[in-house]
Amino acid sequence: MAEQLNVQLVAVEEKVWSGKAEMVMARTTEGELGVLPGHAPLLGQLAEPGQVRIKLPGGEQLSYDVTGGFLSVSEQGVTVLAENATAVAAASGN
Amino acid sequence: MAAQVRVLRQRIRSAKGMKKITKAMELVATSRIAKAQARVEASLPYAQAVTGVLTALASNASVDHPLLTPRERVRRAGVLLVTSDRGLAGGYSSNAIRMAESLIARLQADGKEPVLYVIGRKGVSFYRFRNRPIEANWTGFSEQPSFADAREVGETLIKAFVAGADDVDGDPGPDGVRGVDELHIVYTEFKSLMTQNPITRIVGPLQIEDRPRSEGALPAYEFEPDAEALLDALLPKYINTRIYAALLESAASESAARRRAMKSATDNAEEMIDKYTREMNSARQAGITQEISEIVGGANALAASGSEV
Repeated sequence: MAEQLNVQLVAVEEKVWSGKAEMVMARTTEGELGVLPGHAPLLGQLAEPGQVRIKLPGGEQLSYDVTGGFLSVSEQGVTVLAENATAVAAASGN
Repeated sequence: MAAQVRVLRQRIRSAKGMKKITKAMELVATSRIAKAQARVEASLPYAQAVTGVLTALASNASVDHPLLTPRERVRRAGVLLVTSDRGLAGGYSSNAIRMAESLIARLQADGKEPVLYVIGRKGVSFYRFRNRPIEANWTGFSEQPSFADAREVGETLIKAFVAGADDVDGDPGPDGVRGVDELHIVYTEFKSLMTQNPITRIVGPLQIEDRPRSEGALPAYEFEPDAEALLDALLPKYINTRIYAALLESAASESAARRRAMKSATDNAEEMIDKYTREMNSARQAGITQEISEIVGGANALAASGSEV
């Protein structure tokens, strides 16, 4: 059984998405970043405008446009904090 | 007699009209409470996450950020007061204003100059009427605040707070802006449907709440960019979320206060309708009784005069 990440995507006014994922990809102010299970604890500020992609176990992928975002990776999982997060349609596959 | 009945009937009609209005407002307020509570609930995950991240940051980075350090001398203190835009909410706004007034009195006693920031038309008109200066005010969203509103307020406050760092004894300092050295917020806490209390909180200098008990050493975080830059970016957001939370709670309190006020207004209208209905019935009955006794009296008089003939 492959390890999985606990991912939470929270916007200020509501929790946008939470669940299990294989990988989270985002771009911080320093550069593109992919988080796999077992990643070292990390705090990052997301680039503006940024997109967060969450790869689900089934191979599907969720994309969100995120503004004012932060990424926090800890042993408990990945948390994406955003002022605003909107889903990007038609981003499945690959 | 008939005139009195007519007057009473009219009063009953107007009391019924009032009851309809207050009942409708009560129902609207009730649904708003539920909505506001749901929004408080929805904002919690973010608030918790931000607090967690800040705690991690604070335990890894040196915490001498201007937003976190208390000033040596506090000359000007900002007070953000949250009131409602509309009335008919019982003592909601006036309680918050009273709380703010006592805070201002306390600040003045300590030799600090209060600077007012007001949200809500009721608070604004209170201070305008008394010709007291308001540094900035925002209106139009007291019942349904959005995060954009909170951010607007937060940015103004943070700017004032940061600008206050270099003020020297009433002088604006190098940046030419007279800022504040402390930030207080007065809003109404939502305890339950029946109790809402005005409270004051300090948002600047900031204290990070709910510092979790240290369970061993916190993991060593990597930072992108470095910790100081992150703190710079995160702290204003944290203040904004605190203000947003205060606005949401105030909105719930406002609706609860309005619901209660409208409920008692509806009850009073009902009581009045009952009272007038009774008065009207007895007035009508009195009229009927009088008419009957007049008729009977007349008939008796006729009968008596007939028998004499």
